[in-house]
Amino acid sequence: MEIGRDDGRTANQLRPLACSRNILNRAHGSASWSQGDTKVLAAVYGPKAGTKKNENPEKACIEVVWKPKTGQIGKPEKEYEVILKRTLKSICLLNINPNTTTSIIIQVVSDDGALLPCAINAACAALVDAAIPLKHLAVAICCCLTESGYVILDPTKVEEQKMKAFAYLVFPNSAISIIPEGSSHMEGELMEHGIITSVTHGVMSVDDYLHCLERGQAASTKMSAFLRRSLQSQAPNDSSRAG
Amino acid sequence: MTSHSQPSVLWQRRSTRRYNPFLGFFSDYHLGLFVGLSLFYSLEVVLGNKTLKKMVSANVSGDLSSEMEVDAFRRLFPLRYHERFLLDSIRPDARPLGRARDTSLALGAVASADGSALAKIGCTTMLAAVKMEVMTPPKESPDEGSIAIEFYMPPICSPLVRPGRPAEEAPVVSKQLSDTILSSGMINLKELSLVSGKAAWMAYLDIYCLDADGSLFDAALLAAVAAFSHLRIPVVSLNEEGRVVVVSEENEEGKSEKEPVNKGKRKLTLSSLPFSLTCILHKNYILADPTAEEESIMETLVTVVLDSSGQLVSLYKPGGPVLAYASAVQDCIALTRQRVKELKSILNEAISDMEVD
Repeated sequence: MEIGRDDGRTANQLRPLACSRNILNRAHGSASWSQGDTKVLAAVYGPKAGTKKNENPEKACIEVVWKPKTGQIGKPEKEYEVILKRTLKSICLLNINPNTTTSIIIQVVSDDGALLPCAINAACAALVDAAIPLKHLAVAICCCLTESGYVILDPTKVEEQKMKAFAYLVFPNSAISIIPEGSSHMEGELMEHGIITSVTHGVMSVDDYLHCLERGQAASTKMSAFLRRSLQSQAPNDSSRAG
Repeated sequence: MTSHSQPSVLWQRRSTRRYNPFLGFFSDYHLGLFVGLSLFYSLEVVLGNKTLKKMVSANVSGDLSSEMEVDAFRRLFPLRYHERFLLDSIRPDARPLGRARDTSLALGAVASADGSALAKIGCTTMLAAVKMEVMTPPKESPDEGSIAIEFYMPPICSPLVRPGRPAEEAPVVSKQLSDTILSSGMINLKELSLVSGKAAWMAYLDIYCLDADGSLFDAALLAAVAAFSHLRIPVVSLNEEGRVVVVSEENEEGKSEKEPVNKGKRKLTLSSLPFSLTCILHKNYILADPTAEEESIMETLVTVVLDSSGQLVSLYKPGGPVLAYASAVQDCIALTRQRVKELKSILNEAISDMEVD
């Protein structure tokens, strides 16, 4: 069934993706990720010595700072910081550099829908650029449910406001990864189908949510292929940067 | 160092204390065991964890020294302590994996507020209060009122929260609560309108966490829903300048010229109340309604909010080392459905208790 979207995309089509690495020269790692008109810049500084007071000193610690495009920092920004922190904590190998802090700063350049997934993708690319050891990469996608019950991917801001409900989903992406001990792997369920993070807004039925999960899993394979291609093709970092 | 001084103190106490028939025969053995154990703890790092485990399993007898040892094991190796219980499908407080803690609700806890409730899930305690104020509605929605939701974690709730060190969870839970309550459609904002374009109600919902022992969002949502169920909209009338004021109950007699704009105190009609359950995913286990200790050890939390008609209002999983597969998601949703039934009956009981009074 074809639904007419404002910009002529089909239901499963993503906006044009662009990723560039190593754009800031003082940061240890940086990346910018854009999906259509939504653009986010991420910078990584670390690992730096010392952890914050309440954190476990036997593991590395991650700190996220979210800077909106305009306005003061309020509750939505704090919520994004906590979600990003927990998502990125689950993809980093925390035992390698104990008692260190890695700071990730997210700057929103323009917001045209699906802001949190774009930020997660940018942060992941920046972590790779800073050579922070990771278990696997993470790919984030936004699925929404229209009034008529169709699932569409990667909405613009206008579409997001008209939707009945939407879900931000983050999937792991790995060709080769370190499988944790005792992981609950069912037969027939690939690791790529497990969700790292899910944040939903709006009321939807349970079947619709599971439908969104399936669509999201299918789209995440496309996005992860793009991510791997763009990370591999860029020139290797020069070692003259402080790190 | 301390182990040297301890035996001498205990020897003194032993000679002066009165003969305790229960302990009398075993006291020497008791003492020796205690000293031996404290030495073992200091050597634990060298000998490794196997020695400690053997000791724990050997001391099955009920003498008093085994209590201290269990507590120390709990602090030193929290994950292993909890996993020993999980192997038997049970948790340290003897709950089966899918059962939530005892929940209680008291409506009308704050007498000066228009609607209030005190919710307790296990030890987690939340106090919610709604205060209504008249305001001018914005131009975009002239016949709708509005709701402002705020969640506070004062230092009383947890030793980790100090006045200069606010809790990280407070703004997150606050935003989650307002998103959930507004998007679930529980309250029809048009009911909060008084005079279209000129006056509408603004409901300030404040939720205070009095004791933070895990599943903060669940308890806060329950308290908020209960406070709105208890809410009675105050009577208002127009005063001389044409502004809407709340009629106070003390001086009813002299106000014959003021016609109340809305007669009598009415309740809000609430449709599709949202209820939630937080679960922890750990390896193959799903633990419902975690305590703060469990949350700090096993960090993967999933919060499912369902409304009373079975629709999914929110599925919130903010990262965490364990990935959630579709089967785990289905299991969490099934556990939440059961919990919704329990919470609905608890809420209805609390409301009917209020009305009997």
